[in-house]
Amino acid sequence: MSALATPPLLEVDGLTKRFGARRALDDVSFALWPGEVLAIVGESGSGKTTLLNCIAGRVVPEAGRVLYRAPDGAAADLLSLSEAERRRLLRTDLGFVHQNPRDGLRLSVSAGANIGERLMAAGARHYGDIRARALDWLQRVEIDPARIDDMPGTFSGGMQQRLQIARNLVSDPRLVLMDEPTGGLDVSVQARLLDLLRDLVGEIGLSVVLVTHDLGVARLLAHRLLVMQHGRVIESGLTDQVLDDPHHAYTQLLVSSVLQL
Amino acid sequence: MTSPDPVLLPMLRLVGLSKRFVLHAQGAVELGVLDNLSLEVARGECVALDGPSGIGKSTLLRTVYANYKADAGEIWVNHDGKPIDLAVAAPRDVLDVRRRTLGYISQFLHVIPRVPTLKIVAEPLRRRGVAPSEADDHAAAMLRRLGLPEALWRLAPATFSGGEQQRVNIARGFIAGHAILLLDEPTSALDAENRARVVTLIREARETGIAMLGIFHDQPVREAVATRVFAMPRAASMGSAA
Repeated sequence: MSALATPPLLEVDGLTKRFGARRALDDVSFALWPGEVLAIVGESGSGKTTLLNCIAGRVVPEAGRVLYRAPDGAAADLLSLSEAERRRLLRTDLGFVHQNPRDGLRLSVSAGANIGERLMAAGARHYGDIRARALDWLQRVEIDPARIDDMPGTFSGGMQQRLQIARNLVSDPRLVLMDEPTGGLDVSVQARLLDLLRDLVGEIGLSVVLVTHDLGVARLLAHRLLVMQHGRVIESGLTDQVLDDPHHAYTQLLVSSVLQL
Repeated sequence: MTSPDPVLLPMLRLVGLSKRFVLHAQGAVELGVLDNLSLEVARGECVALDGPSGIGKSTLLRTVYANYKADAGEIWVNHDGKPIDLAVAAPRDVLDVRRRTLGYISQFLHVIPRVPTLKIVAEPLRRRGVAPSEADDHAAAMLRRLGLPEALWRLAPATFSGGEQQRVNIARGFIAGHAILLLDEPTSALDAENRARVVTLIREARETGIAMLGIFHDQPVREAVATRVFAMPRAASMGSAA
């Protein structure tokens, strides 16, 4: 099937955001199709996290639109939704995986309750069903189901990150935003999480916007890449094409600065 | 007039392909590598690229795979009987062509660390929707054919020898049954016995109608697998900078 036949899930159009005199985002546009993983790369301060926060409605831009296509085919501008509508969407259709799992988990309730919360927000009430799905998701992210009643604070960093991913994916979201999901982890834990994310994304056909400064992570997970510098998208395309044949001087510098092992 | 029978279309048709590199960090020095190159590969053909080191054989394979971006020209791939030009196709269409029609076997293996060999080899099948257990069975059969000891299948290939890694790469490249394969020195690290295994694999693929374009430096291998040799033209604008 030609790509033209399917409409995009997300269309970001002309996003602009200033912090004081500095332009964090300068007329940023892109589209994301169902099942696509898009990585946004660039150095610290390039605007990539601000872009993610604008899409999630955590930061309000001065200009631009974020069109999201609901399952019924209707597109709505996430920026003009009411607070209640946006919160409903963020608890069901959309997910957000934070770099620090402690920002995305509730540490005062058990692992099982962390996973069940979004199901309850989506209307599930049957305790047995919720617990069964929580157990299933613990297994899918390779956490021992016997830990279901343990507090997340007793988990290792890698386990917490996998729990955060389960908590986001349990409600069958169509779009997940990820901010450096492997950033705070040891490299040994990172590899396993990357493999898990790749499998899950492939199985579910999930769409992901992934912010990372790690070009290796982008290469392994993303279909497409946007390179940002000073709030602008300076290069974009197929991940391996941008990394192996970078055209912009800044992208060439980024790629050639990666340490080779 | 009816449209041409897709079965008779060439599997791969390159028209006026050009590729140059501009290196910004080195005073924007420009390297022209491919200049107006045209070539067709039909079903069941194995075309060997010929020419000295540095003339652009690997660059041509990578440009055809859309791993390098063509500056001019067309890359027509027969994708399910329909032609698609990878030089201008949208990224998600390029990925679909790579998943189902066009395979590329590079000299080196690039994979997620710590993932077991069997899973790496089975991945292209799983991405096409084959059930994991069935994909694993096919992967096991392919690894057995290539003589990779079963004790290695559950291990990640990072610590394997060059020849073992190359066979993992070949197994992964041949497993998905792509109609077109690009081969960049698939036997460079192999001993005689394993070279013979790969030669057999390529010849069988040829007989089933798979179209192949490859680089085979080893003369006996090339003679055994190639149906035709294509002499790489030297790009007019090619400097001595490389």
